[in-house]
Order: sequence, then C-alpha cells, then structure tokens
Amino acid sequence: MPYSSQSVAKLYFIAAIGLFVGQILFGLVMGLQYVMGDFLFPEIPFNVARMVHTNLLIVWLLFGFMGASYYLVPEESERELHSPLLAKILFWVFLVAGALTILGYLLVPYASLAEMTGNSLLPTMGREFLEQPTITKLGIVVVVLGFLFNIGMTVLKGRKTVVTIVLLTGLTGLAVMFLFSFYNPENLVLDKYFWWWVVHLWVEGVWELILGAILAFVLIKVTGVDREIVEKWLYVIIAMTLITGILGTGHHYFWIGTPDYWQWIGSIFSAMEPIPFFMMTVFAFTMVNRRRREHPNKAAVLWALGTAVMAFLGAGVWGFLHTLAPVNYYTHGTQITAAHGHMAFYGAYVMVVLTIISYAMPMMRGRAANSQRSQVLEMWSFWLMTIAMTFITLFLTAAGILQVYLQRATETPLPFMAVQEKMALFYWMRELTGLVFLIGLILYIASFFVDGDEEAKAEA
Amino acid sequence: MNNSMSNQEKPQKILPGDLAIWIFICAELLVFGVFFLAYAFARTGDIALFNASQSTLIRELGAINTLVLITSSYFVVRAVTAIRENNSKSCAHWLIATLLMGGTFLIIKIYEFHEKFSHGISLTTNTFYMFYLSMTFFHFMHVILGMVILAAVLLKTRRGGYSAQSHTGVETGASYWHMVDLVWIVLFPLIYIMR
Repeated sequence: MPYSSQSVAKLYFIAAIGLFVGQILFGLVMGLQYVMGDFLFPEIPFNVARMVHTNLLIVWLLFGFMGASYYLVPEESERELHSPLLAKILFWVFLVAGALTILGYLLVPYASLAEMTGNSLLPTMGREFLEQPTITKLGIVVVVLGFLFNIGMTVLKGRKTVVTIVLLTGLTGLAVMFLFSFYNPENLVLDKYFWWWVVHLWVEGVWELILGAILAFVLIKVTGVDREIVEKWLYVIIAMTLITGILGTGHHYFWIGTPDYWQWIGSIFSAMEPIPFFMMTVFAFTMVNRRRREHPNKAAVLWALGTAVMAFLGAGVWGFLHTLAPVNYYTHGTQITAAHGHMAFYGAYVMVVLTIISYAMPMMRGRAANSQRSQVLEMWSFWLMTIAMTFITLFLTAAGILQVYLQRATETPLPFMAVQEKMALFYWMRELTGLVFLIGLILYIASFFVDGDEEAKAEA
Repeated sequence: MNNSMSNQEKPQKILPGDLAIWIFICAELLVFGVFFLAYAFARTGDIALFNASQSTLIRELGAINTLVLITSSYFVVRAVTAIRENNSKSCAHWLIATLLMGGTFLIIKIYEFHEKFSHGISLTTNTFYMFYLSMTFFHFMHVILGMVILAAVLLKTRRGGYSAQSHTGVETGASYWHMVDLVWIVLFPLIYIMR
C-alpha cells in the first residue's frame, strides 16, 4: 500500500462486511416467513424484514464502493487522499445514520417513524428501496457530496487515469440520480417513472461504471497487463453499458401507465444489456490469461473472475429471461424477478466489493497476500456463497415458473396465496441454500482471522 | 522494408484499427440489427399503416444524406491513406472534410425532425413513427459519437501523434465511422423506401 491515507478504506470495508451479515440474517428471517408466515411476528413482520434486507444491501454496497474509492483513488492518482479526516468523519456519520434508520425500522411502526422524522414536511417515504426517512436521505446526500469532494479533489490534484475518471463519473452519476428520490409527485405514473431513475439508472447504469472501474483496477494490479489495454476495454464496456442501459430503463415502463412505445424501446435496448456484461467476462479472462505476473493473492483473482462470470449470468442472462415485453406480461413481479435480483446483485455488486476487499485488505494489513491457509479458506467461502446463490436463483426461478403457470398462464388460474402454498417446496429449498450461503459468509469472515504471518514470512 | 514486402505478398489479414473498436462495432451492429428485425416484425402487423406513414417522409433528404455519408466515408479513407504516406497535414484536412460532412448530415436530419415535429408527429403518433423517430434518432446520436471520435483523432493528428508506422487511432476512428455509414445505408432503404 503506497499511500498511508488509503487505510481509511479499512473502516469502510469492516462496516460493509458487518452490514452484509445483517442483510443475510434478515434474508433468512424473511425466507422462513415465506413458508411460516407468523415466524417472529409481531416483532419482525415480513414487510420490515424485507425493508431491512434490501436497505442493508444498498447501504453496505455504498460502504463498499466508498471504501474501494478511498483505497484505489490515492494509488491511481499517486498522491495522498485530499482529507483522510473528512473520510473518517463521514464514515461515522453514515454508520450512525444507517444504524439509527435500521433501528427505526425495527423498533417503531413505519407510519410512526414517518411521523417522528417529519416526513410530512417533504414526503419521500413509503416507496420500495427508498423507504429511508427524509432526514436519512438528506444525510446520505451530505455524506455522498463530502465523499465526492474528497475523491474529486484527490483525482484533480493527482495523476488522472481512465480508471479514476470512469469511477468518478459513476460516483457522480450515483449522487445525481439519488436526487430523484426527493421527487415524489402525486401522479403515481410519474412517481414510478422517476423512481426508476434512482433504482434502474443506479444498478443498470452508473453502478456498472463503478463496477468496471474497480474490476479494472484490481485486474491491472493482479495481472500486470498494460494499463493501455485495460483502459481500452473499459471505454468500450462503459460505452455499451450506457448505450443499452439508459434506454433499457424502458423495460420498467411496460405496464405502469406510460406510452406503449416503451414496450418496443424497453425490450430492444434492455435485451442488449447483457452485451457489456459479456464483454466484461471476456475482458477479465483475457487479462488473466495474458498476465505478466503471478500475483500471490490468488483469492482476489478468483473473486475478480467470479464477478465477471456471475454478473453476466445474474444481470445479463437472468435479466434477459424476462425483459421482453411479451414475456414480462406474464412474469412481471413474480419470483422470476426475485431470482434475477438475487443473482444480479450478488454477481455484480456484492462480488466486486468482495474482490476489492480481498485485494486491498491484505495490503492494508501490511502484506501482498494472505497466507495459503487463509486464502484456501477464503476460496472455500467463495465457492460456498457462489454455489449457494446459484441454487437460490435456480429454486426461485423454478418457483417463478410454477407461479406464472398456476397464477397467470393456465386456463384455470389460482389466487395468489393459493399459488404461494404450492410453491412452498421451492421456498424451503431456497431457505436451506440460504443457510449454506450464511456458512460461506462465516468462513469468509473467519478467513480474516486465520493467522498467516508466520507462513508468509517463511515464504518470503 | 521487410514488412512492406510481406504485405505485398499476402493480403493483410489483421483488422485495421484496434480490436476493441471491432468488438464495439459488432455490439452496435447487433443493437441496430435487433432494431431492424423488430421494425420488420412490427411492419407485418400493419402494412397499410406503415406504407401510409412512410409516404410522408421526405425521401429526397434521406437520399441526400445517404450521399453525404458515403462521401464522408470516402473522405475518411483518404485520411487513412494520407497518414499511411506519413502526411499528417493532408490527413488532418481529410478528417476535417469528414467532420464537415457529418455536420451536414446532422443539419439535414435536424430539419427533417423539425418538419415532423411541427406536424405534431411524436413517438406516440403510431408504431411506424415510433420506429422512424427512435431509429433515426439513435443513429443521429451515433453520428455525433463518431464525430467526437474523429475529432479526438484530428486533435492527435494535428499534434503529430500519428505516423506511417503508427496510426492505429486513425484506422480505429475510420472503422467506427464506416459503421455509422453502413447502418444508414441499411436504415435508409428500410425505412424510407421499402414497401
């Protein structure tokens, strides 16, 4: 680690992993509630568990992105971070605000939380994924602006690389798009229309730039391939991401009351969204095959390749499955969507954050790579989590197909809850694989505590 | 010298320009290809409507724009030839000529858009206009992107950044520009003429 200020990333990474554990625990709770409706009721109702599960995911990924930026930007810019102190202050602000918000979800009824936080002054609550009280949203804006200032100043004062420019573009887009969470029109169609500007244009737009930049950084480091080659790929990938992703937003506009041309535009452009992900897969494997050095951190290389493959499968293939309007007419809002959501978030964003953590953590702890034993454990956790997520996706897909058939496609459609009961077997299997995922996560955390200094020194 | 000898003996097998641009070109062609197929598919659903709406397009302007783009492609070829002869100055001139042609295309297209909009035509008018407006606008944006790429190449050429030995950038820009032209050559007959 060439610059001491990079170490602020450690705080962010530790918080990210902590919140990740919380996310998985709440996922398991609600997974069980699918088949045992009154499990933990009334303490943690299903809607609260779901809100905590999804909000924790977003928050810990943001922690991960920020940590990644604080780690890689000084190294790319070849100078210390503009203000490590600001980074630390914003970390605590973000963590405390996040924790208070989650406690608010858990301890008071949602409507009371809205009242307590003065939602009526500027109503922004009550919408999926954007459930945070308005003051939390304002807090997020302050934290992100401070973060952007810190990162931006570092980039501007130092060496400018394609990686940092793409990263900064993605992060700026993240901040700008989030502002639409404050726009809450009366008209439900307009509300949904702009709601997607946050949700879709994050995950299928600007976040992909952040993903590309982080992946490119790690690949440059672990493969030693010429920066010029990596940068060219990055340009092509982000161009394709934006060309397909921005108009691809249209695949959310099929049935919300928007004009019907969106069925064509949304279908065509979103059907092409797998292309940049496919390019990313080819890119990652090409770089590793052309590697000019054998980096001792094999685990980080595994995570990087895993990200490329799983992002393509989860975001690309599983997204394509239900993106065409005539197909989506049947699958909209079924477990097919849940299957896609799980594998896409894991494959693209969870894995890229784990990739940079895997690469950066040993560096910040004063070694190029962890010991063999630690890495073997980390690789086990990689396979357990990845295979578990693959099966979660497959079971949810099976459940979704059954749901589409029984509820929508058959001559004698059944009501929603009757169908849910018939899907119970798949929900149980999903819950069991969820436990396997948790074991993988525990091993992942354990790998940080496997003592490897002796061996590493002996090898050196 | 050895290089030019072997070049004469067997035809050039490697792609001109950077491999990355070819991957990009293929991806772009795929997107346009899907658009063309969707158009053909949608047209079979209501041929009378498509024919009636198509007849309101100003074919002459489409034809002029086709000539403009083909000419611009010729100019960009001249730019590549010039740099292969190590003539940066001439290369820059041909690139400027290409950009001027690109600009002409944009102006004519803007006039066409204006003409349609002033008649109250929009994406919601009917399926034909939806395809006409979105496909030509999507192509319009590609002309702009192509011009941005060529402008970047032009700046580097002026700084003396390319030579007879090293001019991948010029070929890369030219390849992308040809794609923009090629797409229009398919798009024009498909949307303006075929019925």
